[in-house]
Amino acid sequence: MIRHLISAADLSRDDALLILDTAGELAQIADRPMRKLPTLRGRTVVNLFYEDSTRTRISFEAAAKRLSADVINFSAKGSSVAKGESLKDTALTLEAMGADAVVIRHGASGAPHRLAGWVRGSVINAGDGAHEHPTQALLDAFTMRSRLGRLEGLRVTIVGDVLHSRVARSNVLLLHTLGAEVTLVAPPTLLPVAVSSWPCEVSYDLDTELPKSDVVMMLRVQAERMNAAYFPTVREYSRRYGLDGDRMATLPEDAIVMHPGPMNRGVEIAAGVADSARSTIVEQVANGVSIRMAVLYLMLGGAEASS
Amino acid sequence: MNDGNGGSARAWLIRGAQPLGGPATDLLVRDGIIAETGAGLSAEGAHLLDAAGLIALPGLVDLHTHLREPGREDAETVQTGTAAAALGGYTAVHAMANTDPVADTAGVAEQIWRLGRRAGYCDVRPVGAVTAGLSGERLAELGAMADSAARVRIFSDDGKCVSDAVLMRRALEYVKAFDGVVAQHAQEPRLTSGAQMNEGVVSGRLGLAGWPAVAEEAIIARDCLLAAHVGSALHVCHVSTAGSVEIIRWAKSKGWRVTAEVTPHHLLLTDELAVGYDPVYKVNPPLRTVGDVAALRAGLADGTIDCVATDHAPHPLEDKETEWQVAAFGMTGLETALRVVQEAMVETGQLDWAGVADRMSARPAAIGRLGGVGAPLHGSPLVPGSPANLVLYDPSVRELVDPAQHASRSRNSPFAGRELPGCVQATFLRGLPTVLDGKLAR
Repeated sequence: MIRHLISAADLSRDDALLILDTAGELAQIADRPMRKLPTLRGRTVVNLFYEDSTRTRISFEAAAKRLSADVINFSAKGSSVAKGESLKDTALTLEAMGADAVVIRHGASGAPHRLAGWVRGSVINAGDGAHEHPTQALLDAFTMRSRLGRLEGLRVTIVGDVLHSRVARSNVLLLHTLGAEVTLVAPPTLLPVAVSSWPCEVSYDLDTELPKSDVVMMLRVQAERMNAAYFPTVREYSRRYGLDGDRMATLPEDAIVMHPGPMNRGVEIAAGVADSARSTIVEQVANGVSIRMAVLYLMLGGAEASS
Repeated sequence: MNDGNGGSARAWLIRGAQPLGGPATDLLVRDGIIAETGAGLSAEGAHLLDAAGLIALPGLVDLHTHLREPGREDAETVQTGTAAAALGGYTAVHAMANTDPVADTAGVAEQIWRLGRRAGYCDVRPVGAVTAGLSGERLAELGAMADSAARVRIFSDDGKCVSDAVLMRRALEYVKAFDGVVAQHAQEPRLTSGAQMNEGVVSGRLGLAGWPAVAEEAIIARDCLLAAHVGSALHVCHVSTAGSVEIIRWAKSKGWRVTAEVTPHHLLLTDELAVGYDPVYKVNPPLRTVGDVAALRAGLADGTIDCVATDHAPHPLEDKETEWQVAAFGMTGLETALRVVQEAMVETGQLDWAGVADRMSARPAAIGRLGGVGAPLHGSPLVPGSPANLVLYDPSVRELVDPAQHASRSRNSPFAGRELPGCVQATFLRGLPTVLDGKLAR
């Protein structure tokens, strides 16, 4: 198994499938009365969060605790720009405390790369700037597989602010590795200029893509993008790229609707869609814990733990 | 070498050097000038320097150096920066204006000029700011700087673009009165707000805000047209894109007074190096693509780009040992420039050593107006009567670059750990060695 999980591209197909399979086994523990495993007893996992993300932090915390690891939450809001301690000094501090794994969320793309150069423990990227969020992609793949039974050949449409989305980057890479066919849909302003080099298709028209989608994943759109002229108004964005009930009705019968959260109801996704039977949004949260358990288990526990 | 003022020091007899890589000859250096050249020279009492196998070039001239003093003496001082320059084969550097305080008055320009005289490793010509405080709002006192003891001729807000078209027009017009040149840092600010690296395949993958080529090219096109309109001289700093080369080629074909420089790093490195997020590769303008590198080399070879300028930009470790996004822009370059040019241009057959001398000495000296009456002459050919500003260079060695060995106070070399050809063996400034045996001579 890999030492650091920084990009979804770090994962081979076998690694990724092992994580998904392991998560499936670990998910069953959640249904037992005694939810804890002793696997990581005595190991220390640090959650180093430079951005607010209650959802992701709690998910990693729950995962580590269910594996009996000691968890240290280190919230360093504001970046090193704000005259705080530098990332390197923080890294050396964590190193001195004997962190076996550091889960890092940071507003700067590449911060986990830098951290990995300064600590001996494993680095797990929990979202860095507009770069990647590999455990989100893993939990998304896990959710797709549990709902639809396969990933190979699955047609996945990812809609929204791809340019600024770490979720989109990780999903494109991982789903490609796992044999799914990804189409990105967004206004041209919210796609990287060189998106044609990515292993996926690109479309500007949501309505033509929906009828051929097994999965549609809506990305959060931030209102402040409007001020930078990425789109004229939130309403226009919503009309052209939002998923409402009428659009959802054009999806194939078994297709599912995903969202990494937090949602802007009424902007990229209508409330009725978010709460529909097709929606996997709550499952994604539950699956997140299982996936993160699997990642910690495989990266820290390794062979000794499974024996 | 009994005094530091270019007075009656002992002569130097340089044996068997190859001027511009041509046939070997002896060079007798006396009283600050090249006194004699030819085979089998002798001079009683002169120091002997065996230069067999070494190429002799006129002392290099850098149009674009950040010496950081005053203000950021933790990154570089005039003393350490000029020492680095001498070790790189330079005999003159142009000190950029973005110091603290900014070199936007005659007083600060003269201070930097005096610090250069005291350091003595090479001539320091201050560049004056175009706008007061680099604010881009109103012109600095360009005339006062031109008339000062520092005799400023190049004006630049480098680090920032003079983006206001009216202000740029006025600056170009105004400097005509004293044969000045405006050196533009071409970067359209709105197109590069928050930009981190070249916009393209790699920036998209890395999730770093993109810096489009058009942000440079649009300003260059505008400024070429402005310079033509008012009949003034424009110099384009650190050209980094293929499109920029095309625009400058077109402007020159019109006969307009446009000159341009390229940095060593843009001749060798590409944006692929950002993949590890190591900010040693973070620079303004950013590293571009393989196609841009090829166009820059071709432009330098055919003379579209006039010269190589280092954009030596030292930064202390703590400004680079950070997340990419918060790290400082810039790379050191003085001590590796000639080696990089050998690697990128000579070994690829695109420039011979005469071409190197032209692009790294004669042309930058002409752009910097270093050939005028009363000025210490730089960029002259190695013939009797020329000032003895020269560098002896061994092109036959290849060594790893180790920034820890550099005289610069900073270590942010993007070539660290890379093998480069060549080694500066000796540098002479007005007949006195500043570097001997590859080490500082004083």
